[in-house]
Amino acid sequence: MCQVDEDYQDGLERAEVPSVSKKCVKCKEASAAVVIRAGDTYCRGCFKEYFIHKFRAMLGKNRIIFPGEKVLLAVSGGPSSCSMLSQVQEGLSQNAHKKLRFLPGIVYIDEGGAVGQSVEERQRTVAELQAVFKATGFPFHMVPLEEVLDLPSSVVVMAPSPSEPPASAYKAAVDHFIQSDSSGCLTPQYQEQTLLPEVQESRTQVLQQLIGSAKTLTARQDLLNTLRQHLLVHTARTKGYSKLMLGDNCTRLAVKLLTSLSLGRGAQLAQDTGFSDSRYGDIILVRPMRDYSAKEIAYYNYMFNVTSVFIPSLDTKTTDKASIQRLTESFVTKLQADFPSTVSTIYRTSEKLQTACRSSCTADHPDRCLLCMCALDTAVENASAFQATLTSEQLSQSKSLGATRTEIPRQIRAPVEQCCSSGGGEDCGRAETGGDCCSSAKEPETIDLKSLLCYSCQLTIKDMASVEHLPQYILSEAQKRQRRYQMREEISEFLLDDGDEGD
Amino acid sequence: MAAPIAIHLEFGGGAELLFNGVKEHHVTLPSQSEPWDVKQLLVWIQRNLLKERPELFVQGDSVRPGILVLINDADWELMGELDYQLQDQDNIVFISTLHGG
Repeated sequence: MCQVDEDYQDGLERAEVPSVSKKCVKCKEASAAVVIRAGDTYCRGCFKEYFIHKFRAMLGKNRIIFPGEKVLLAVSGGPSSCSMLSQVQEGLSQNAHKKLRFLPGIVYIDEGGAVGQSVEERQRTVAELQAVFKATGFPFHMVPLEEVLDLPSSVVVMAPSPSEPPASAYKAAVDHFIQSDSSGCLTPQYQEQTLLPEVQESRTQVLQQLIGSAKTLTARQDLLNTLRQHLLVHTARTKGYSKLMLGDNCTRLAVKLLTSLSLGRGAQLAQDTGFSDSRYGDIILVRPMRDYSAKEIAYYNYMFNVTSVFIPSLDTKTTDKASIQRLTESFVTKLQADFPSTVSTIYRTSEKLQTACRSSCTADHPDRCLLCMCALDTAVENASAFQATLTSEQLSQSKSLGATRTEIPRQIRAPVEQCCSSGGGEDCGRAETGGDCCSSAKEPETIDLKSLLCYSCQLTIKDMASVEHLPQYILSEAQKRQRRYQMREEISEFLLDDGDEGD
Repeated sequence: MAAPIAIHLEFGGGAELLFNGVKEHHVTLPSQSEPWDVKQLLVWIQRNLLKERPELFVQGDSVRPGILVLINDADWELMGELDYQLQDQDNIVFISTLHGG
């Protein structure tokens, strides 16, 4: 008995301290350089192969990007998105049967204004990234976040999605592409470049006011994410791309999953963290890096000289408890240090999530959150956790909550009513930003945003000192939706089916 | 008595912000009675190089979770982590994978 115990202990100790000369688990020859999961050690060469294969496998498995399709890569300058860029480059340089067959473009959003970087710092970062982008030969677009202030309200309207192709269409498209392109002439065209325009200081100030009007870092980060995503989608639309690739890695998504839960975004988890996300209708968001951990990416970038540019963000140099996002990240990474399968367990959970979407809400515009564009989770019956939360909140704050804006019904102006009832959703949105039918749009105080937002976005807006700093496109879309809603109420008795709006 | 050793330190992924934005450091560790290991190196870095907010770089004896360490281009998990004994001309890299550095 004693001997058995001793043997057992010896075995444990040996397993805990891997020796320096440990070999790669794949080729069993070269000495290992990276430990990916507990016990999986790879040498340099095998690690590179494994990394590259995984990217292509991810795209191949999901069959969502069709040959010849224009795909916009959202590159922030961080390690994940720069790694994604280098993988796309790698994929395009492969020989025929392994080659990626889409047409990539790059978008970079300069958030320096929101984070408080000086003009010189922003220029330096942009110049660094521009050099990286130029070297790829892909078309690229440098967009300052300030442009989010001038977006049309069509951004927050779900565009009709092209009809879903049948499963067999992908293979047919690939075959067709290979036949028509046998000479391999998918050559880089003329490199379209949108350089960063001069940003007026006043615009930066407006943006800073907007971000600053959120009182907590949690809300600020959430708001920045929302604005960034709107601008990305808008850029993809105006430049004619149908897919948008995001660089979220598996560690980020695990953090995002738990953060989203804590922020009350449980209903939107599947869309927020899944491989593809079709909430905008015509533009599909894709997350091809979601199989890589932050560690793999950092090692790959370091070993194979993938340039990434460090850009400070809102939470740079803040403490662990500065925001919910930050706290969740520190929770996950700390747990990961002692239990190396933490991230992958959380991540596997996210893979299994699906949105239980009622068929009506996909077609109906007003049923989507004004900010995050997800199906509204607030239309639930009275006996629900959501209502219970609201009720207890109201009771506990009954003093301060005396006069809510929500109680005051807004007067509808006749001409506006006509405009919106006649036109299709999108046209009307454009007309409004043009300023002809909404000349007096500056009445933000009276807008009841709450009914147009999902639970989580309501919380974010509640953290803002005032909604008047929100960009005009959000406010005017809010007014439009509200007018429509009121109109529908008014004419509801004449409608046969009150769920159908008829446009 | 171990002789002083010269090593090369590199910080990336935002970790350099805690070192005045300087990414690369060539340093010489003074001689001491026992050989230098990574654990002692971290203490030395904290005393001599780190400019601000030590809690964002070191936690307890080790580096903050989320900061990766490479010793001579290999994962430090392969090298014995904190117990690795430093050699002259070693190359130690710290990369932060945390959001915002």
